Amino acid sequence: MRYLPKSDSERREMLEACGVESPEDLFAHLPEAVRLKQPLQLPPGISEYEIVDYFRRRGDENANGYASFLGAGVYRHYRPVLVDTVVARGEFLTSYTPYQAEISQGTLTTIFEFQTMICQLTGMDVANASMYDGSTALAEAALMAARLTSKGGLLVARSVHPEYQEVLQTYAKNQGMPITEFDYDPETGAADLDDLERKLNDLTAAVILQSPNFFGVVEDVKRAAAIAHRRGALLAMGFSEAVSLGILEPPEADIVAGELQSFAISPSYGGPYAGIIATREKFARQMPGRLVGETTDTHGNRAFCLTLATREQHIRREKATSNICTNQALIALMATVFMSVYGKQGLRELAEQNLAKAHYLAGKLKPRFSGPFFNEFVVSTAQPDAVNAALLDKKIIGGLPLGRFYPELSDAMLLCATEMSRRAEMDQVAQALAGGGAV
Amino acid sequence: MYPEEYRYTKEHEWVHVEGDTGTVGITDHAQHELGDIVYVDFKYGRETLKPGQHVDQGKTIGSVESVKAVSDIYCPVSGHVVDLNHTLADAPEKLNEDPHGEAWLVKIRLSNPGELTNLLSAAEYQTYIGAEK
Repeated sequence: MRYLPKSDSERREMLEACGVESPEDLFAHLPEAVRLKQPLQLPPGISEYEIVDYFRRRGDENANGYASFLGAGVYRHYRPVLVDTVVARGEFLTSYTPYQAEISQGTLTTIFEFQTMICQLTGMDVANASMYDGSTALAEAALMAARLTSKGGLLVARSVHPEYQEVLQTYAKNQGMPITEFDYDPETGAADLDDLERKLNDLTAAVILQSPNFFGVVEDVKRAAAIAHRRGALLAMGFSEAVSLGILEPPEADIVAGELQSFAISPSYGGPYAGIIATREKFARQMPGRLVGETTDTHGNRAFCLTLATREQHIRREKATSNICTNQALIALMATVFMSVYGKQGLRELAEQNLAKAHYLAGKLKPRFSGPFFNEFVVSTAQPDAVNAALLDKKIIGGLPLGRFYPELSDAMLLCATEMSRRAEMDQVAQALAGGGAV
Repeated sequence: MYPEEYRYTKEHEWVHVEGDTGTVGITDHAQHELGDIVYVDFKYGRETLKPGQHVDQGKTIGSVESVKAVSDIYCPVSGHVVDLNHTLADAPEKLNEDPHGEAWLVKIRLSNPGELTNLLSAAEYQTYIGAEK
């Protein structure tokens, strides 16, 4: 079969539909300085090893060997060597659920184990074979709640990751699902559940929280769920830091949706990652995506199969439960190996290290919020950018200045410490913040 | 196999009218084509179908899910829902065993009995499914 790329007129048509002049406009949100505006200045006809050498040198310009205190949805955790050893096996090399899935019993076995471990981790009855990432999983949880309640309103905490909120808006916009925000408590940094109670009404399908929330604060999910249930809404809880599940109580939510990047998935400039969605058994039929079930083959042996696939797009077309029709097989396998390597006790110890280090760092500073936090917290600082610039000189990547997402927090930054943070580096961060960047 | 007193749709539903009320189900042909039925869902638009709901002829009132497909149920007559067969929730396999009897789906009080002329007789339906095969 011949591969026919898009013609110029088709390209123009697509650009017109997007409302942009050129493909370059699609990258306009990236900082000017890092955009490539001309072809690479490579002399013609150089040898392979010269080209490899060129790119190796350019690669060295990346911030290798830096300490990082940046979290905010993507976390720096140790990746056990075993992860890549398993993932690199040819038998597993597929991005998505394999076609004729039942032939790939090995892949289905790993997915079944993934689902089982996600249920153990979240305390839910049933988990699917994985979602694209945390943000789309949370949006799918909202759509799922709308199907279950026959309602459309969404009440979303402002303390949910702002980029997850943007994805939610994209999903909800053309579904007739109005989004209302409820505020966070400026003292504790936790969602303001009184504000939730005020804004909740009988048209609300889902109350959406994240815990730990974007500020690192652990939310009172149980109380929020009780409030939601009183008006017939479901509670969907998101998370972006999966390691927290190693130490926090299983959430008392109706739907749990989150991001697994912390489980041995490298940051990779933003993806690909893997998400999860898990729920109570009574809601399973409205869950999006793929599910692997346990069954027996014709000889009575234990075997695995895709189940509930009848609800998917290739059969139900526009009436499908969701437009996700696959899973993140390979990336989810990284998380599966990670969970197997650490085990329940190991994950708990990992979580305790994160907690201890973040609280060591916070002890040298004054956290802005009083709510309980896991491995991230907000600190006030008049000039977050100056602090980060000073730290960068010491090969330390600082925290996230919050003004970009929360104008009222433009004098604050979000810091994250993990098991990878060393005491000397944490002390340097504390020092830089004490000096307000004037170090 | 196909009761003379029932009326049929090309989407494989039947309706049996007694007095002003029609009992609705799926045909034996439908259950056979679907295979083992595992779930029945009653929905009208976004809403869960409930007694009192007005439904229109030709609109979807739910779906039947088997191990290999999900099929919509199209309402053969317009009217108000008076009853739903909730026993199917725990025993969807009844739809395979007795689709024309015990496994009825909904009862509807007809608002426009004239619509029945749009439907097929038992003989016409059997000719139709013969042709479809």
